[in-house]
Amino acid sequence: MPKVSYRDALNQALREEMSRDDRVFLMGEEVGFYQGAFKVSKGLLEEFGPMRVVDTPITEGGFTGVGIGAAMVGLRPVVEVMTFNFAIQAMDQIINNAAKIHQMSGGQLKVPLVVRGPGYAANRVAAQHSQALDPFFCYVPGLKVVSPSTPSDAKGLLKSAIRDDNPVIFIEAQLLYPLMGEVPQEDYTTPIGKGEIKRPGSDVTIITWSKMVHISLEAAGALAAEGIEAEIVDLRTLRPLDLPLILESVRKTGRAVIVEEQWPYGGVGAEVAYQIQHEAFDALDAPAERVTSEDVSVAYAKNLEKACIPDPAKVIKGVKKVLYQN
Amino acid sequence: MVPGAMNSQQEHPKVRFYREMLLIRRFEEKAAEMYALGKIGGFCHLYIGEEAVAVGAISAARDEDYVITAYREHGHALARGSDPKRVMAELFGKATGLSKGKGGSMHLFDVPRHFMGGYAIVGGHIPLAIGLGFAIKYRKTDQVVLCFFGEGSVPNGAFHESMNMASLWRLPIVFICENNRFGMGTPIERASALYDIAHAAKGYNMPYHHVDGMDVVAMYESMVKILEVVRTGKRPIFVEARTYRFMGHSMADPAHGHYRTKAEIDEQKKHDPILVLQAALQKEELLTEPALKKIEDEVHATVQAAVDYAEQSPEPDLSALYEDLYA
Repeated sequence: MPKVSYRDALNQALREEMSRDDRVFLMGEEVGFYQGAFKVSKGLLEEFGPMRVVDTPITEGGFTGVGIGAAMVGLRPVVEVMTFNFAIQAMDQIINNAAKIHQMSGGQLKVPLVVRGPGYAANRVAAQHSQALDPFFCYVPGLKVVSPSTPSDAKGLLKSAIRDDNPVIFIEAQLLYPLMGEVPQEDYTTPIGKGEIKRPGSDVTIITWSKMVHISLEAAGALAAEGIEAEIVDLRTLRPLDLPLILESVRKTGRAVIVEEQWPYGGVGAEVAYQIQHEAFDALDAPAERVTSEDVSVAYAKNLEKACIPDPAKVIKGVKKVLYQN
Repeated sequence: MVPGAMNSQQEHPKVRFYREMLLIRRFEEKAAEMYALGKIGGFCHLYIGEEAVAVGAISAARDEDYVITAYREHGHALARGSDPKRVMAELFGKATGLSKGKGGSMHLFDVPRHFMGGYAIVGGHIPLAIGLGFAIKYRKTDQVVLCFFGEGSVPNGAFHESMNMASLWRLPIVFICENNRFGMGTPIERASALYDIAHAAKGYNMPYHHVDGMDVVAMYESMVKILEVVRTGKRPIFVEARTYRFMGHSMADPAHGHYRTKAEIDEQKKHDPILVLQAALQKEELLTEPALKKIEDEVHATVQAAVDYAEQSPEPDLSALYEDLYA
């Protein structure tokens, strides 16, 4: 199986879905002539033409609404937000229209829309470019929210998202774009709503997603050297959560650490922690622990940014806390 | 077309306009009654006085065109041919309503008739209209989008982003601004630096027209020409229809008081589109007294049947709570 970057895996998914179904089109800033701000859409304009790879003005609210309107009448738009920080401009369209049109119309209309782009912090891009906004979307019934950590997951989940008849918020990560991984080249999809054990273990369950999967894997390697075997559950989908997978693992290990690049108050891990203690209280040998971003906006200075985001050392500290090893 | 209307095929078009406007008027008056009785809840924004805009514009449209509007939409749905029974049932929140009781007054949808909603966020539906226009261009059909909105949405960002994309991408959309002068209690001159709303189109390189929104024949004739230009030229056009609502912003708001006087409303009622057309039809001898009475009786019966249907229909089953959340 060839190794493909996360970025190119997304490109493959777009190319395959656009070839397979001529209702699928891509729309966003710099997706066409510029080849994509992060090169995810490289080559697509040349292959599919300007009606299917649409460069937009810098108007996230407006063009997200265009995607929703087109989806209402049966096209299958992929709206790219250059980063999810900019998607905040589109929140009225996403929350008041995309998430609600199927219900408000009594089922007459569907919104098979994908809103995709990078979320999370990158390299010193400061407060307004570094946000993890997952909970804003996870909060809203009517939306699905996906956040893949590997190239093969990214490709399979984007294909699923495009084929899904519901609005799917698809959160990538700028720092994951160059990550290499094995990616099947045949037509495959990865199911939305199903997580995956990225590392089996018996001593503690780490529940995580996106970039933090790799931070957790690094921490797990260091912990293994001390004889602590961490099981890593990669959620992959944030709404709906794969509760059975989470609970099965927690019931096995008795200890849960959620590693999330989220602000503490109401980050997605808060919901996971609630579900764990609510559904598997008797299986827990320690309270569920959350390793989160610091409760501030990401600062510009290199050392401050690093201090804001979870790293392997913080994960190890969290694991040892639930093992009562300090 | 008005379902259940007798002989509407053989009616003179102007008589048909009269019937359609009268249906909306009587329906809205009944809705006001039903709201006062608590049968209709929440927000109920009546179209009384503005009937000529929806009837004139939508009558000029084809079945395959898309109609999309905001929340003062009962008249648009009826003008589009939605069954008054199912509109009333939706207002009552019954399972037999157009949106299965899930939407209510502000979220009527009748997709088989290409009536695409029904939205409560001021300006929020306008980008959707651009999406509909984009899909038309993508599929290379000769459909047109009729996007209705009030003058209160013109200062909104969503309006401007939409106007820009529609013009930039040359989409077949008619922007129909129903300028009834007041956004709730704020007159346009207190909200918009631009009083002549149609001139907003100049900022987007888009042609514009002013139409008398109290004159259904003028609305119709203008829209026939405009739709032809948009349909063949594949570009957007802006229409400012100057109109007036005789009731308050919604049933919860005063018709007059701080923001306008009763005397002003009474003066505007002299331009009541229904009375104006009635006088014209009688003068042109297109409508005799008996014929007028017959229409009034038929409309009355239609509206009463709609209320009876809504009354007798069941509420949605509780099991429907999670239906139509995910496709």
